Amino acid sequence: MLLVLRGRFVPASFGETGHYRADAVDVVAAQPLRYAGWQVCVECHDSEGAMKSRSFHRTVSCEVCHGPAAAHAEDVESQTPLIPRERGAECLSCHEYLSPRPTGFPQIIERLHNPLQACIGCHDPHDPTPPEVPESCSACHAQIARTKAVSHHLTLECETCHDARAEHRENPRSFLPRKPTAREFCGGCHSENADSPADIPRVDLRDHGERYLCWQCHYPHHPES
Amino acid sequence: MEQHLERLQSAVEQISGFIYPNEIELHWGLLVVLYPYITGLVAGAFILASLEKVFKVKELEPTYRLALLTALAFLLVAPLPLLAHLGHPERSFEIFLTPHFKSAMAMFGFVYAWYLMLVLLLEIWFDYRADLVKWGEKAGAFKKLLYWVITLGSRDLSPEAVEFDKKAVHTITLIGIPSAFLLHGYVGFIFGSVKANPWWSSVLMPIVFLFSAIVSGISLVLLIYYVTTLVRRKQPDMACLDKLASFLLYALIVDFSLEILDFIHRLYESEESIGILSELIVSKLYISLTIVQILIGTISPLLMLAYSRFSRLPTELKRVAYFIAALLVQVGIFGTRWNVVIGGQLFSKSLRGLTVYKLELGGIEGLLTSIGLLILPFLILYILIKLLPPWPEASLAASESAAASGTTAD
Amino acid sequence: MAGQHDERQFPRREFLVKTLQLPCSAAVVTVLGPLALGSDAAEASQGDSKTAERYFGMGIQVDKCIGCGKCVEACKAENDVPREPFYFRTWVERYVIHNDGEVSVDSPEGGIRGFPREEREGDVLRSFFVPKLCNQCDNPPCVQVCPVGATFKTDDGVVLVDSDYCIGCRYCIQACPYGARYLDPRTNTADKCTFCYHRITQGLLPACVEVCPTGARIFGELNALASPLRRLMRKSSLQVLKPALNTEPKVFYSELDGEVR
Repeated sequence: MLLVLRGRFVPASFGETGHYRADAVDVVAAQPLRYAGWQVCVECHDSEGAMKSRSFHRTVSCEVCHGPAAAHAEDVESQTPLIPRERGAECLSCHEYLSPRPTGFPQIIERLHNPLQACIGCHDPHDPTPPEVPESCSACHAQIARTKAVSHHLTLECETCHDARAEHRENPRSFLPRKPTAREFCGGCHSENADSPADIPRVDLRDHGERYLCWQCHYPHHPES
Repeated sequence: MEQHLERLQSAVEQISGFIYPNEIELHWGLLVVLYPYITGLVAGAFILASLEKVFKVKELEPTYRLALLTALAFLLVAPLPLLAHLGHPERSFEIFLTPHFKSAMAMFGFVYAWYLMLVLLLEIWFDYRADLVKWGEKAGAFKKLLYWVITLGSRDLSPEAVEFDKKAVHTITLIGIPSAFLLHGYVGFIFGSVKANPWWSSVLMPIVFLFSAIVSGISLVLLIYYVTTLVRRKQPDMACLDKLASFLLYALIVDFSLEILDFIHRLYESEESIGILSELIVSKLYISLTIVQILIGTISPLLMLAYSRFSRLPTELKRVAYFIAALLVQVGIFGTRWNVVIGGQLFSKSLRGLTVYKLELGGIEGLLTSIGLLILPFLILYILIKLLPPWPEASLAASESAAASGTTAD
Repeated sequence: MAGQHDERQFPRREFLVKTLQLPCSAAVVTVLGPLALGSDAAEASQGDSKTAERYFGMGIQVDKCIGCGKCVEACKAENDVPREPFYFRTWVERYVIHNDGEVSVDSPEGGIRGFPREEREGDVLRSFFVPKLCNQCDNPPCVQVCPVGATFKTDDGVVLVDSDYCIGCRYCIQACPYGARYLDPRTNTADKCTFCYHRITQGLLPACVEVCPTGARIFGELNALASPLRRLMRKSSLQVLKPALNTEPKVFYSELDGEVR
């Protein structure tokens, strides 16, 4: 009886290749695609593909940022893939600083890295090499620039006090800018007999603060605090 | 499904440490706790019955048929919690059609069918056959037909035939004992062979299961025997109760020793998993393991049985002590099953965290279903007792004289 | 390394399987006769499949993973895995080993949205991400325990689930040491990573490999002499997860830390 039942109800392909329904393999294999694969993308988007293939993003497949695009590849007209333009998760999910991320992998601290600017304003995602050296000090030292901008020192250029060589802009760690080292430097504007506009506050360097350096009490980027 | 997801969401907040994300859902719930609990009762009750037949423990005769019927009633219910727990119960027949011989679980159907068909039903049939013929002669038309159907038309009452019945019962019992061992040892193997789970994976698991099964079966038959005699307004056979209590005590001692051995062995080997298992025992399993299983379910009945069995308590008090001890044993054995099944899923296989089990009230996996499934075997047992009175005095074949009082007393 | 390891293992495994099958099949043939013949013959032929032309595996370079979660996202999209954070075919774990040796591990929503900055950032001895998925074991405990043959290893080494045949007993979920399986709440059947079987049989890469921006995941054929996977296997010292359980995973990790379980 068991044999009769077995012959009747056991699926036809059961046991053909193992103790399972051989047809099940085809069922799993017939699942539809969602991700087309970059090879399909570059058939049409060849210039982006070529550009990307020579860039730091050469290992980053198109659909990492643009989302699953098999539907788009099937029907180019009505299905459009994602095109992330905003500053946000698409770039930061890889490039925001996290300590487990491998050393050497380019990371930023989003809060401090050119706030409010769209990533693609400076970086081309298909060729994300940092485009050029920063024009102004504030590109990197944004926090100081913002502080200084609301202080009495707002009109001063950074170079007034800091001696920054041009190489510092390309290799900031290797060519550190110099800072003032002596009281007399501040005295150049703030001493009794300095040759500077009359509305600048004056002190007598001989008895004001005595042996302390100016910036031990005054923060030069926001001196009134 | 919405509810299900909400429950999982609330479970996330109660996780301590790290668990694999797929482990938030606990897969074997209360129904799977019931399954080893019920099969344990079956195996235990049967082993008790065979004590009388094979090992000639004459004191236990009043419980022989009762134990058989109890085993049958619970065995009929045993697969229901499993079936109810399947994601696709309608596909369960596949386990018979294409059993995977390397899978412990695939053997369930065969072990079960073997035990039900070849052991229990046959033994009951042979044991009751002569009585059935005689009861049939005295009963009304409907019952007459029913008994005739049950005897399968075999109506020979000659001494040779009755002798053959007795021999058959003896042989089946001989086969039945290893079968009962197989039935529950096998259930232990289902858990003990999961190498991925350090709480389950233990070679002692089938043996611990077996002895806890014997403990639970004896205590269940003791409870049922005690209650049914009270309901029938009869005096319980004290020699029988004493014997039951003794066997319960011995089995309990062996069972507890095995569990302690398992515990010490784990502690002494102190493998990778010991940290998380210790944490599990002192936190999530504290109540169900330390309090319920060990204190209430093992040590208390152990002391009660030992004391009342070997001291000169008045008979009345002794009986009550046995009854309470047997009741506590049931609670304890249920706790054992819970701690194995649920406990084994409360820690992550990453060995880095603990999760929670939330018992629902309604629903197929809920408390009410399980209570229903625990009441069901008693209903079946009631019908079986009505149909096949297990009381010694009801047996016409044994003593013609007691027949009249036996059938009316029921 | 791993190649050698496999070859050494093979005879012993074969021996074990054969010895186990012998009494088993003898009993089976006598008791149930034709019932078992089909499956037994097939399983014998399955033993040779390790040398099959296509035999898939994956390499994961732990030191390249940046924990972006793109693989988790892609896997869910490609395979229509329920979006709720209790069902994953692949996920990413973050390990942080603190200066006092304490290890904290997390995987918020499987890492699908990446990871927040950790709380004790100043107190880190070392930290790294580990992508996890079904290990496609060569000796799969899930297949061993399936009572009806609804989960199985194909000839190309991939472990699949037949969702039209699964009875939903969940024994396989219990038997998986890696937590790689879940019960799909829509079908009430077990489910797991298929190595994107529908993709790899068309010559495409699994979705998680396709979208991994740093190439931390490498997919290929274990027996092909010239493949990125084979190259990784030549160059790195590889490890598998929970080797003591003898599941013989086909997902290999390089630079794997001892804390990973």
